[in-house]
Amino acid sequence: MKVKLKVWRQKSRNTPGEFRTYESPGLNENMSFLEMLDVVNEDIANRGEDPIAFDHDCREGICGTCSCVINGKPHGPHKGVATCQTYMRSFRDGDTIVVEPWRAAAFPIIKDLVVDRSAFDRIQHAGGFISVRTGAAPDANSIPVSKENSDLAMDAAQCIGCGACVAACKNASAMLFVAAKVSHLGLLPQGQPERYKRVKAMVAQMDTEGFGSCTVTGSCEAVCPKEISLDFIARMNRDYGLALLKGEPKKIAGGVAG
Amino acid sequence: MATLNSNIPAGPLASKWESYKFNTKLINPANKRKYKIIVVGAGLAGSSASATLAELGYEVHNFVFHDSPRRAHSVAAQGGINAAKNYQNDGDSVHRLFYDTIKGGDFRAREANVHRLAEVSVNIIDQCAAQGVPFAREYGGLLDNRSFGGAQVSRTFYARGQTGQQLLLGAYSALNKMIGAGAVKSYTHSEMLDLVVVEGHAKGIVVRNLQTGAITKHNADAVVLATGGYGNVYNLSTYARGANVTASWRAYKRGACFGNPCYTQIHPTCIPVSGDYQSKLTLMSESLRNDGRVWAPKKKEDCKKAPKDIEEGDRDYYLERMYSAFGNLAPRDIASRAAKTVCDEGRGVGETGLGVYLDFSAAIERLGEGKVRERYGNLFAMYHEITNEDAYKTPMRIYPAVHYTMGGLWVDYNLMSNVPGLFVLGEANFSDHGANRLGASALMQGLSDGYFVLPATISGYLASQNPGKRPATDKAEFKQAEENVEALTNQLLGNKGKRTPASFHKALGTLMWDYCGMARTKAGLERGIKLISELREEYWKNVMVSGEGNEWNQSLENAGRIGDFIELGELMCRDALHREESCGGHFREEYQYTPDDPETKQGIVNPGDVKRRDDAFAYVAGWEYAGSPAKAPILNKEPLVYEEVHMSTRSYK
Amino acid sequence: MSIVSGILNSSLGKKYIMAGTGALLFAFVIAHLVGNLQVFGPPELINNYAHFLQSKPLMVWGARIGLLVIVGLHVWSAVQLSVANRAARPVSYHDTEPYGSTWQSRYMLVSGLVIAAFIAYHLAHFTALLPGINGVGDFSKLKTELHGEEARDVYGMMILGFQVWWVALFYMVAQALLFIHLSHGLAAMFQSFGLRDHVWWPRIQIFAKAASIAIFIGYALIPATIYLRVVGTDYAEKVKHSMVESAAPTKPASKETH
Repeated sequence: MKVKLKVWRQKSRNTPGEFRTYESPGLNENMSFLEMLDVVNEDIANRGEDPIAFDHDCREGICGTCSCVINGKPHGPHKGVATCQTYMRSFRDGDTIVVEPWRAAAFPIIKDLVVDRSAFDRIQHAGGFISVRTGAAPDANSIPVSKENSDLAMDAAQCIGCGACVAACKNASAMLFVAAKVSHLGLLPQGQPERYKRVKAMVAQMDTEGFGSCTVTGSCEAVCPKEISLDFIARMNRDYGLALLKGEPKKIAGGVAG
Repeated sequence: MATLNSNIPAGPLASKWESYKFNTKLINPANKRKYKIIVVGAGLAGSSASATLAELGYEVHNFVFHDSPRRAHSVAAQGGINAAKNYQNDGDSVHRLFYDTIKGGDFRAREANVHRLAEVSVNIIDQCAAQGVPFAREYGGLLDNRSFGGAQVSRTFYARGQTGQQLLLGAYSALNKMIGAGAVKSYTHSEMLDLVVVEGHAKGIVVRNLQTGAITKHNADAVVLATGGYGNVYNLSTYARGANVTASWRAYKRGACFGNPCYTQIHPTCIPVSGDYQSKLTLMSESLRNDGRVWAPKKKEDCKKAPKDIEEGDRDYYLERMYSAFGNLAPRDIASRAAKTVCDEGRGVGETGLGVYLDFSAAIERLGEGKVRERYGNLFAMYHEITNEDAYKTPMRIYPAVHYTMGGLWVDYNLMSNVPGLFVLGEANFSDHGANRLGASALMQGLSDGYFVLPATISGYLASQNPGKRPATDKAEFKQAEENVEALTNQLLGNKGKRTPASFHKALGTLMWDYCGMARTKAGLERGIKLISELREEYWKNVMVSGEGNEWNQSLENAGRIGDFIELGELMCRDALHREESCGGHFREEYQYTPDDPETKQGIVNPGDVKRRDDAFAYVAGWEYAGSPAKAPILNKEPLVYEEVHMSTRSYK
Repeated sequence: MSIVSGILNSSLGKKYIMAGTGALLFAFVIAHLVGNLQVFGPPELINNYAHFLQSKPLMVWGARIGLLVIVGLHVWSAVQLSVANRAARPVSYHDTEPYGSTWQSRYMLVSGLVIAAFIAYHLAHFTALLPGINGVGDFSKLKTELHGEEARDVYGMMILGFQVWWVALFYMVAQALLFIHLSHGLAAMFQSFGLRDHVWWPRIQIFAKAASIAIFIGYALIPATIYLRVVGTDYAEKVKHSMVESAAPTKPASKETH
């Protein structure tokens, strides 16, 4: 099979980009979408041109690096998979496939299809953790967790941090990403001491990064390669409200250290 | 010649680590912040080490080539993590985990390191649970375990099929906490391209910013490499495409010895190759072998038939036949080699003939499809996505693929290489798995090194260093390293070659798989060395790199990494050639049990099982760079002394 | 961070404002509907009701100001969030075919703005009684007599008002948009406050659909039946001329059948 690719090419952050069209060499329908890009790139490189930059790493759907919007949909046509797990048999011979980067102000384009997702890291720096020093942990079985909550926490914790939720949302909102982390930690007993501090800090950083807000359209859930549920956004909304109601902790009273 | 002193502490094996910790030099809390440590890599080992060192008070600088520390390939580990918790009351203990690991490594690992690993394993689970890693639980709320990779006890903790991801995210969260606190400075999209050695000590690195191409120098009191394994030397592997040997290799070229490079693990349950465009082999979790039965047709002529048309009597359940005690759960190296043997006999299935069946029909009959779906649904879905086949109806096809490298930079008990100040953790070092790694042990080692071992051992070295006299980055050695990196970059970009880096990588992968793969011979390895050295020469003349140095340039990144892989490939062949024995993942056809051997007759081993030669090869081979890729490297040996266990023939019959 | 600044300055907080004011407006919409459905009774029923409201200026003005503040906050938060949402996705995709989201959810701002325009018209139409916009004449001249006092003939205004085809049409279009707005907004409200989980979400969605349909039917019935001359036709004939000729109160046509 052969396809025609209409790809966003942009040399660097501050240069304007444009769509360029490439004819693929002969392809095999068992190729992954990224392998197809490899083959097209070899062809481009052999012509002495600059290959298409695209992000990828594990190619098994878990590292969250790959990030193409394929025919307008982040991670391509199938539900619950990442771009790297999209296979060419999902397309027809002769198709024109439009490939674009994630588009969001908070994810500036580095080159072609590669975007800068460091905003996600900064949100995690703000509070995406349980403060436990190495060595300070009690025996693992001293903290029982109901299977139901543990499973629910795992549902949220599966997030691979790819940013497809942002790419899909018409508001480029990062709510699903942030909610997944807030819910994962907030559902576990270990995460309770910092539960409300965490949600406030992470939401504040999310807003600072310039993501949009949630208008509950559900498109994030529809493209999430891990099918993370909108339920978690509700959970975060609730926790944030409770955090506001609780207010700030009392200032430490004056006194002399003993 | 380098000196490979293992620095194993004295005393009985079980108390070595305790007494080591008591005897090691400590650094005053107020002084810790004066020390600066560079950590390269942020997988399980790198993240956990960075976070823990920062918690202790050191100034930590973490470098990753990924866009985020969370992308490291530890994320892809599926099965689980071992720990000698004995929560199942099934007879597990630190000693049993230690012994299983030593035996699994075919008696080529360092006893003291492995014992320490087993001791620390219990703390890892505590640490991870406290961080909020959502391990699988029983209805009572306590942690669940499973048996994994042929272990006779259930000591594996897991988080669905994504244990590596969850443990990595745990370590990443610890790292985030310290980055947020300003105690770790994180450099992303920053690839280490050289090690700076000042007066014999590792004192810094040179880094290329992948976004801007800027080359920068960074100094430190110690450098920690946690840069993963080098399985991508085979081009096709279960590794992430970006995984590379460059950081380790550049350290090797600065004097660090490379330990046992030929020890590679070929995982038995991967999806077979389907075409030459392929970039990646996908692992199907080993847990599938708990319920799946491995077989191949008895008769060659049946190979092209649909599996359902092959009579039960015409099927060869070869693992059950050959290893009755372990059956389908035989260790990875054994299961892989058995698949190769069957396919070499012409009994392989699938289009390429390089595949065997992993059949769930018996499990579906016994447990029902629902139960099988519950246990392995995500794996079956993944298999379907890749192959377009329904494994509930027809058996999966599997074939071995490169999965892990036990070899790596040589380190002593302190995890310090022979270059003082250079520490190496996780898969990047050679230490704990010997010639073969057991399932669910890689995660254990990465976290053990990062959370517990390095933070305790690094102080011994740092105490001998004066942070006030840390060499500045304007020192000649830094400039020389920077110029070295710039020269290499310019050479690659200036080359007016005709072949893309990727085409060289494919060529190298084929050579490595053919001559240094699952079965190796003297003649093959010699031929491999010759062909790879020719490939190396062609590479520097004919590689074609597009784009410029001062921009995002994946072609340039790959070119540098592939150049290193080619040199490494040659070293691996040399190591495999010199090691005239078979052990674990290293199989030399000349050294296998034959039907005439007494061990075969006694029924301890099967004909074709690996034949170790403890009299001549019970040592770690530490290869030292001779100053030029064309020159033969220098072999240094660290003898393996077993104080506690008796080196026996590894039998899984 | 005080609770007020937490609400006013965060994206989640603005969603709380949106949801909270939305809930109050929903309550008003129901109350208003109940009041208006009295048009299906005898003329004095709704005129009495209107007269009762008119006789309590403090309550009426309190409610008006309250509603104005609520609508103002609802619109303010919508505009604030929309501006931020547009900024978060400065470049749109090549293919904009949506997926995973309902169309109602994607057009909340549009439906909301049309409803706001409608409210402005509605106030001018029946509250301020601007004569130039109703297509009939000066409604302020329509008077009736209740308990011996002169009062506004609200019934007459409604009948005459909705006999104008484009007024009836505009009201029905606005009600359709209100249906669209509510069918998403009522459910999203629960989501924004986090007052739901996976069990309640489907129930909430059914409630949102059912409530918005009921409200649409209730409101749309009024202009529809009047325009189709099912309701109040005779009464209209009686009062039509009074608007032009004199301001004298019209005797209520008692025991009128409908």
